[in-house]
Amino acid sequence: MLTLIKGGRVVDPGNLDGIMDILIDDDRIIEVVPSGKSGKSGSGLLKRRTPDRIIDASGMIVAPGLIDMHVHLREPGQEYKETIETGTLAAACGGFTAVCAMPNTMPVNDNRQITEYILKRSREAGNAKVYPVAAISKDLEGTSLCEYGDLKEAGAIALSDDGNPVSNSRMMRRAMEYARGFGLPIISHCEVKELSAGGVMNEGAVATRMGLAGIPNAAESIMVMRDIALCELTGAHLHIAHVSTHESVNAIREAKRKGLPVTAETAPHYFILTDDAVSGYDTNAKMNPPLRSDFDRKAVREGLADGTIDVIASDHAPHSSIEKDIEFDFAANGIVGLETSVSLSLKLVEDRVIGVPALIEKMSKNPARILGIEKNIKIGSIADITIIDPEAVYTVDSGGFRSLGRNTPFNGWKMKGKVVLTMVGGKTVFENILRH
Amino acid sequence: MQFERKDILDIESLSAEEITFILDTADRMKEISKRPVKKVPTLRGKTVVLFFYEPSTRTRSSFEIAAKRLSADSLSISSSSSSILKGETLADTARNLEAMNPDVIIIRHYSAGAPHMLARLLKTSIINAGDGMHEHPTQALLDLMTVREKKGSIRDLRIAIIGDISHSRVARSDILGFTKMGADVVVGGPLTMIPAGIESLGASVAVNSDDAVHGADVIIMLRIQKERQQSFLYPSDREYSKVFGLNPERLKKAKKDVLIMHPGPINRGVEISSEIADGPYSIILEQVTNGVSVRMALLFLVAGGVRNVDTD
Repeated sequence: MLTLIKGGRVVDPGNLDGIMDILIDDDRIIEVVPSGKSGKSGSGLLKRRTPDRIIDASGMIVAPGLIDMHVHLREPGQEYKETIETGTLAAACGGFTAVCAMPNTMPVNDNRQITEYILKRSREAGNAKVYPVAAISKDLEGTSLCEYGDLKEAGAIALSDDGNPVSNSRMMRRAMEYARGFGLPIISHCEVKELSAGGVMNEGAVATRMGLAGIPNAAESIMVMRDIALCELTGAHLHIAHVSTHESVNAIREAKRKGLPVTAETAPHYFILTDDAVSGYDTNAKMNPPLRSDFDRKAVREGLADGTIDVIASDHAPHSSIEKDIEFDFAANGIVGLETSVSLSLKLVEDRVIGVPALIEKMSKNPARILGIEKNIKIGSIADITIIDPEAVYTVDSGGFRSLGRNTPFNGWKMKGKVVLTMVGGKTVFENILRH
Repeated sequence: MQFERKDILDIESLSAEEITFILDTADRMKEISKRPVKKVPTLRGKTVVLFFYEPSTRTRSSFEIAAKRLSADSLSISSSSSSILKGETLADTARNLEAMNPDVIIIRHYSAGAPHMLARLLKTSIINAGDGMHEHPTQALLDLMTVREKKGSIRDLRIAIIGDISHSRVARSDILGFTKMGADVVVGGPLTMIPAGIESLGASVAVNSDDAVHGADVIIMLRIQKERQQSFLYPSDREYSKVFGLNPERLKKAKKDVLIMHPGPINRGVEISSEIADGPYSIILEQVTNGVSVRMALLFLVAGGVRNVDTD
């Protein structure tokens, strides 16, 4: 099968940025040429063969497949919240050709059997690819190391106790040293539990007014600083998950200036919302780390702009109404993000925080680099491609999500910029071209 | 004015005009409690449910007496265990209650925002009898009523609130209520008990108790909870009493006609000395008396007022 993606703005940062045609034969890219030239110059393939399908991408952004490196797929164990099938379909709809599946499933992904199960189920689903992240510690308890060698062999791409911090500094030190030997990055959920204990939202005037217990910024930043110190000690690749505070941004900036192997991600809600969103006790604005102040939101944006924060990842955390339609104190942390991440991130372009190439870096190239995989638009590459219509305007309707989770604070928001096609290995896994 | 509210959820959402209207109504209700036959037929045939997720003696009996003096039928349900442990959600429990057609649900809950959630879900009127650390609006209204009664007006008074502001819903409601009515509110206490951004509610923070009490027209002392020692909030009752408690020596810094208030229950010898609690400046028991009047006024306004006559 021969597919031609025609006339789009192909943005592959560090490689390409221009109006190009892409020719795909089955699962591989076989030609990338300035638009309109594919028939005449280049390999001249189109002289001999007619494409089976021509996708008109004029006015669109054509990017190497996006990767959401922080996703909770909930399977095995909590299939009423999400399954690998629904989660990877939601990913495809959101423009992601691959996701990293966090290990806090039931049972925890701390052994080969679970990693293999996740990979098997994702192959069966056939939507976005899944890269399993295995646990740092057995049962996420922070007391003993998992078998990183075996897990890597089974297909684990990184290690994290996400949802829980590794509170024991000695355990974290050894985990980083041991992981370094296998080339596996450590994704750290930074939270000092003694400081966050009892807290349900950001500490500050909003929490005080609402009578809710707060979580101070230091609950995150102290552990970011500890892990940076351990990174310096061990030389392991440290990736800081869901950065939410200005102190964390500053610490990571300083660590990078020193040349340490530290990378970092944030989620759209941390650069779009503040703790004001909790007003009215909206449990869809409850997450961990919590939505912070406007000062922190600005700092996260600055961190994205100057490259301190490498990655935008959604921390997609589907919950059912059983966990969310209850008292704020008891509601589960987290929101779904796969189907709103691209549109929300495009607001950074609209607000002139970063340009389109930097956005593609943070949603495709950088996660790929951190995970040690390739995402390129060039001859011979696997055809993992995301097409975005930057002008499409729509309203978010959580009722129409492919995810089983409806827990989003963005329901009813007007968005500009939408994913219209997602291709994984040459196969279109999502398509919604609205125009013409 | 017409009072149009379905619910009384917090002081934050009430205007100064509405607060004045509630206090005026409460003033008129007060006389009923002094009659030999303390009952009027105003809410005959109305059903009031008291739904208490936290232990309470004062607030609950005050509401219950208020309902009875207006001839409403009242029913009291308490739940010491969390709704999650029972396996039924708060929303489900409340929907079941509503299915029995009560006119007012008075709720006390350990979780901030629980009354707001019920107000969104149910058509029944909701009165907040205290939600977590958020608000205790009927306590603030009875405090306002008592101060207005004694001082004639609330405007320009200096109100000191001393104690664990962080964990106190009374403090939040009082700060909002007194500032809305034109008073200056200063809060004092150990800095471990002064929450971040309390100024945004309209209060100023005094560095020490002497400064807080200085020139005060009204001093509201809050109950100190002994279990807070475990959360490192204060070292001992002994030190608390000495540094933050109200004693005759410290009281000299206040105005000569100062009023001493306390939402109860008091810890004698800790936040307040017995001489002061039982002394001439104390109006602690008058607060309790006015509590009934304020709650009668609120029940009347949400269940018996114009709103329910209208076909809404």
